[in-house]
Amino acid sequence: MWSIVHKMGSPPWFYRFANRAIAWLLPIVLLALVVGSIWGLLIAPPDYRQGNSYRIIFIHVPAAVVALAGYYVMATAGLMSLVWKIKMADTAMRALAPVGAALTFIALVTGSIWGKPTWGAWWVWDARITSMLILFFLYLGVMALSEAFDNKAAAAKACAVLSLVGTVNIPIIYKSVDWWYSLHQPASIKFTGESAIDTSMLYPLLLMILAFYGLFALSVLLRMRTELLLTYRQSAWLNAEVS
Amino acid sequence: MLPELGTFLRFQAQRHLQAALRRPGDIVGPLIFFLMVVTLFPLGLGPDPAVLAALSPGILWVVALLSSLVVSGRLFQSDYEDGTLEQLALSPHPLALSAMVEVFCHWLLSGMSLALVSPVFAGLLNMPTQAMPVLMSSLALGTLCLSLIGAVAASLTVALRRGGVLLSLLSIPLTVPVLIFGTAAVREAALGYDPTSWLALLGALAAGGCVLAPFAIAAGLRISLEA
Amino acid sequence: MYFETWSAVWQMDGHGPYVWAAYSLTAFVIFLLIASPWFRARQLTQALRDDAHRRAAKASLTGENHASEA
Repeated sequence: MWSIVHKMGSPPWFYRFANRAIAWLLPIVLLALVVGSIWGLLIAPPDYRQGNSYRIIFIHVPAAVVALAGYYVMATAGLMSLVWKIKMADTAMRALAPVGAALTFIALVTGSIWGKPTWGAWWVWDARITSMLILFFLYLGVMALSEAFDNKAAAAKACAVLSLVGTVNIPIIYKSVDWWYSLHQPASIKFTGESAIDTSMLYPLLLMILAFYGLFALSVLLRMRTELLLTYRQSAWLNAEVS
Repeated sequence: MLPELGTFLRFQAQRHLQAALRRPGDIVGPLIFFLMVVTLFPLGLGPDPAVLAALSPGILWVVALLSSLVVSGRLFQSDYEDGTLEQLALSPHPLALSAMVEVFCHWLLSGMSLALVSPVFAGLLNMPTQAMPVLMSSLALGTLCLSLIGAVAASLTVALRRGGVLLSLLSIPLTVPVLIFGTAAVREAALGYDPTSWLALLGALAAGGCVLAPFAIAAGLRISLEA
Repeated sequence: MYFETWSAVWQMDGHGPYVWAAYSLTAFVIFLLIASPWFRARQLTQALRDDAHRRAAKASLTGENHASEA
């Protein structure tokens, strides 16, 4: 277990690992995204209440799920960078925030588009959408903080502290937004109720969630590889690796 | 010869309070800011007393949050600039505690003073009288949470030249629960319900913050000193 | 397949514009997420390779000079 952590911390090993992982992940992720989208768009039956507009669920929910999980991954990388001073964890932190922000953005915009035919408005201050918006702000905060420092090591450590503080706060924020919503809107419209989802819709949804996790891993690895190419462009191992 | 921890912290508190009291403008300024922004709402929303009364918990809490954000940018600033912070970081006494002393002094002079004068502003917005004690206590507890959040953000941005906007960007998402619990408490009280559970939640946030925030603040200050 | 005709796929009973807008926007963001670091990495590796070639050429050039002097 520890030997893997040590290897992960070594930039040359990680560069090779990233190259191999990207070569595998790229075709798999693209294929899964295409298959999942076709399944969700063309094959799955429409929802009996929402008709065809519900098909947005196959990108909205996976993006939201992975965006939230991504914050925890970022905080874990932050903890590793603070406690064990692993260099690759610093690089991971910088790569994770923009990817998480992009996925949160997808979740927000698709949610808003979905809202138009469902609620009749582009934006509704629903508990889930509001929490998602705050998650987006948390990601933007980490990105802004990492840009503000000239010193990269200090930037990574500052982002690590901020993302850990955010992690402690996220459950409180989600719970408080839930209460806020029920306080102002006593359970009148609820589309995300407990109604069991049919397997004909569940399987494409699960496939898309997996595809989005893969997409998350892929784009983080791509960004980390770019970051390594920039940071170690003077060093011998990278030059040997490239040529 | 370094004094014992208790004496050391008392000296720190004395230093912060004296420095702040020497410049009373820094304490009165945010209150005037509060008054001015509260004045803007009737001008923007219209003078209807019923509308203002209904919106007053939200207005007062949002303005309190903003003015707390504005002042928390000053936290640690002078200590960072004159090198005191470096001394505190090097001293054998924990930096987390000496930083917390500054946060508490800051809260006493900004948050508590705001909570004490808040009934005046609530009166301007026609808030029902029975909600005033709840407004004061919710602001007292809530501004402590806001000061702690602001202190975490300030500890990370104190070394940066353009820290002001960044500080708000980092703090605002974290202040959401405080705002929700605070306005809920005042709203419930204004409507004649029991606000105790919301005040208890605010108290829990403040207590949890007092336990966890010092670690984040100390870590943030050390990073800022190294950068 | 659920739909009968291709025009039914585009229309989706009036929800088509929303669904297709959501999917195309997502596709665009995903394309950016993958393509921008991909091309940046290609550009950086190319630059590193060019540097290595230049250094090698320079080394062989100075080597020849030494040989001719001797």
